[in-house]
Amino acid sequence: MKYLNQIAIIFGVSFAGEIVYRFLGLPIPASIYGLIIMMILLETKIIKFEQIKDVGSFMLNIMIVTFVPSTVGVMTAVEELKTFLIPILIVLFLVTVIVMVVTGRVSQFVIERRCSKDE
Amino acid sequence: MNEIFTESVYFGFFLSLFAYYIGVVINKKFKSPIFNPLLISAILIIAFLAIANIDYETYNAGGQYLTYFLTPCTVCYAIPLHQEMQKIKENKLAIAVGVVTGAVTSMLCVLAVALIFELTHEQYVTLLPKSITSAFGYGISEELSGISSITVPVIILTGVVGNVFGQSICRITGIRNRIAVGLAFGSSSHALGTVKALEIGELEGAMSSISVAISGIFTVLVASFFAGLY
Repeated sequence: MKYLNQIAIIFGVSFAGEIVYRFLGLPIPASIYGLIIMMILLETKIIKFEQIKDVGSFMLNIMIVTFVPSTVGVMTAVEELKTFLIPILIVLFLVTVIVMVVTGRVSQFVIERRCSKDE
Repeated sequence: MNEIFTESVYFGFFLSLFAYYIGVVINKKFKSPIFNPLLISAILIIAFLAIANIDYETYNAGGQYLTYFLTPCTVCYAIPLHQEMQKIKENKLAIAVGVVTGAVTSMLCVLAVALIFELTHEQYVTLLPKSITSAFGYGISEELSGISSITVPVIILTGVVGNVFGQSICRITGIRNRIAVGLAFGSSSHALGTVKALEIGELEGAMSSISVAISGIFTVLVASFFAGLY
């Protein structure tokens, strides 16, 4: 029963996320509402970590595999892909480097300034 | 012969898991993030489908059941956030600054690329969530009517780039603070960057994994605003 209860909680929260999604009608995926609901339940200790521990860890481990079918879906979008290959390459290499440098430098600046203020 | 594939619901499901298994084996052998198990499995499946002359819909008849698990998996992202709550509270200013800077920089850069190359709106929103983890990025791309099957490989390759070049980039640009290094990895290259950050150090890894989740949520919340800009 242990695993069944854990599955029920996690899928129940996923369902609750879909309900919120329907009601709010915002362009935010249902899974994000589910995540926020689960976060609230855990922080308020309505659900304890132990109650979802095993299935939760399993889900986190298999997450990336759930993307296999949608990644294979790229075969249906090859023609579309060809039309903006160069912007994609720029986004992949240049933008990733820019984001990393800007994030790192800005947060380092904030952290070091706060530390010097504390002294 | 093909009827076995077209009539079975388990075919696509099994093929996905089997190809992923091969991907993991190859990844372990070469120990390089370039040999990403997800990318390898996708390439293997596409090759197999092409050779066996099976179309994507037939494969996805079974494959879609794997996709159904994405929502409960994303819900479980609450677990690492819950466990790291103490570290989040201790470093809330740095995390908030890092995450917001990273997410906004990423989306502004994609906007700039869209303007320069005169992309269509569909192409623009396809690339918009490129820095965040696939669980969130896939959802955003779907919600904003992007091409989610292009978004996912772009996200994975972004992670590979961050994983491979991240350490050198931090060294060259003088990012030394351990928390800042973690935030830089997590905000720019999500889960794959976190793998590298964990190799550098425990604090770097923790900060990276925290920023993956929080920047994912933040990006989801503001993505539709950025989508409206172009």
